Amino acid sequence: MALVEIRDLQMHFPLGGVAGTLARLRGQEQPVVRAVDSVSFDIEAGETVALVGESGCGKSTVARCLVRLVEPTAGSVRYDGTDIARLDAHAMKPLRRDIQMVFQDPTASLNPRLSVRRMVEEALTLHTKLPAKERRDRVEELTQEVGLGRDLLDRYPHELSGGQRQRVNIARAIATNPRFVVLDEPTSALDVSLRSRAILLLEKLREQLGLSYLFISHDLATVKYLASRVAVMYLGSIVEMSGTKDLFAKPLHPYSRALLAAVPVPDPDAKRDDFALSGEIPSPIDIAPGCRLRGRCPLAKPVCAERPPLKEVAPGRFVACHLV
Amino acid sequence: MTELLEISDLTVHFEINQGAIEAVDHINLTIRRGEVLGLVGESGSGKSVTSFAILRLIRPPGRVSGSVHFDGVDLGRLSEEEMRRMRGAKIAMVSQTPRTALNPLLTVGKQISRLLMVHAGLSPREADKKMLEMLRLVRIPAPEKRAKQYPHQLSGGMCQRIMIAMALATSPQLLLADEPTTGLDVSIAAKILDLLRELSAKTGAAIMLVTHDLGVVAEICDRVAVMHAGQVVECAPVRELFHNPAHPYTKALVRSIPRVDRDVVLEPIPGSVPSLVNPPSGCRYAGRCEWVMDRCRVARPTMIEAGPGHVVACYGFEERRGTC
Repeated sequence: MALVEIRDLQMHFPLGGVAGTLARLRGQEQPVVRAVDSVSFDIEAGETVALVGESGCGKSTVARCLVRLVEPTAGSVRYDGTDIARLDAHAMKPLRRDIQMVFQDPTASLNPRLSVRRMVEEALTLHTKLPAKERRDRVEELTQEVGLGRDLLDRYPHELSGGQRQRVNIARAIATNPRFVVLDEPTSALDVSLRSRAILLLEKLREQLGLSYLFISHDLATVKYLASRVAVMYLGSIVEMSGTKDLFAKPLHPYSRALLAAVPVPDPDAKRDDFALSGEIPSPIDIAPGCRLRGRCPLAKPVCAERPPLKEVAPGRFVACHLV
Repeated sequence: MTELLEISDLTVHFEINQGAIEAVDHINLTIRRGEVLGLVGESGSGKSVTSFAILRLIRPPGRVSGSVHFDGVDLGRLSEEEMRRMRGAKIAMVSQTPRTALNPLLTVGKQISRLLMVHAGLSPREADKKMLEMLRLVRIPAPEKRAKQYPHQLSGGMCQRIMIAMALATSPQLLLADEPTTGLDVSIAAKILDLLRELSAKTGAAIMLVTHDLGVVAEICDRVAVMHAGQVVECAPVRELFHNPAHPYTKALVRSIPRVDRDVVLEPIPGSVPSLVNPPSGCRYAGRCEWVMDRCRVARPTMIEAGPGHVVACYGFEERRGTC
């Protein structure tokens, strides 16, 4: 059994505002944003699965469902056998120790009024019964583990650099000895030279502490270093899921191929795949029937008017495309 | 013929209570007509300050010394009024945050038309016509409709296209692009880069591209200048820089980036960018350098020739070159 099993996850946000009110007055069905539409995948213990895609594809919403910051519209999220999709806040609390998250914006996710020491300690106060002395020892141990010097313990977030802030977030996430950590673009706010250091730190922690990661990113190069499997999302659904090596060697879905072709390569003589999609991501409100990529895909055929299922095309490789 | 832009001994200091922040320290750069020059380095290396200094946008407590010649004219000697006419007309800028650089209270069409009326002296009708032409040039779909919309109604990629249209509307000879693709999704970023390259070829405008992304550099630059802590440490044609980097910082930078095209072991750059408040007199990379010698900490290395069109400021390179 996998550590996390996600089945047919759906997250729809009803539209309020003028559009919503008008629809209600006219007696029409209320329009919804289909942020996540039947997403299923597993995360094994000790594994890193990456969820990639462009802004608005629903990857962060999936993350928010997994840590139950929002309650999914439908579907199940089994964590170690328990379906957490419908648990109330009280029943969820003991699981919060096990499931942690590192957010994208390292500054906004820290409390500007607390020192590093107090922020990391807060997680321990809330989730453990450690006596004060041991708690303080543990704070020092944790900050050491993520590579923050002892001299930084009494600093406040504004006195830290972006890389150091992200380390505080990571220290706080691993404070309660979680088994599963959701990383929502943990490196995208970091500078080039800090990015590689963050990648190595996350990989080291995963090995040492036996963590499982769901790694959310639009930075394919980082994904390649951290993940063993990758799910590519487009407009709320997974279009391709495969082992990292296979995906980077030969992406099968036209969207994955275009995404990979668009990554700038630091080699002026690199041969480029100039495969590209036309236009921009359509609105997730009125999703046309059939393949969601149809309007932008240069390979589209009449058969694409029907929605392609996610099917296994090779062992461990799933693609949702009629043409593969 | 003179070079389009010649920067000599440009220095920018910001006076603060603790002393002076030496953000840019005696840099020399030239940009030729029609070329794309990349300016790369980590955050805080002085890349953006350099482009602001070119446009004379540094305000107190900042102090600028050295000279910037544009097309033979010493920009430092122009009156404020003459400089104002230079900005936007001869030298244009595309900033990192397109949405905040646009006026939220004006439709995007009006913003471009006004610029054309001010800088090119067109009548309102002519300006509107030219504005639509520019929107078509940067491939905004349905330009008549988009011109009537406000910045918040457009996506990030679309706003960046508007910025580029605005910057190029007056046919400038030099375009300063400050991280034009940071924060955009990969596929949108790739399209913006294609657009910049194509437009520079079409209009003959030179581009100074400020970026921390070596992938972007490899993709569109002809020459590259590498900055570290306010100093230019190496400048070379793009192929030479990637295949034959001379400065240890450039080498480290290339090794530290995760890449999709091949499997390499990540090696983060040791240490961090030194404080620019009263920095030491020698090479500013000395504290992080694997080749460091005693003399590096005492005197600043001067630029020496490393190959055709390739200069580097490093004592370690000088010594090693003698031996091999």
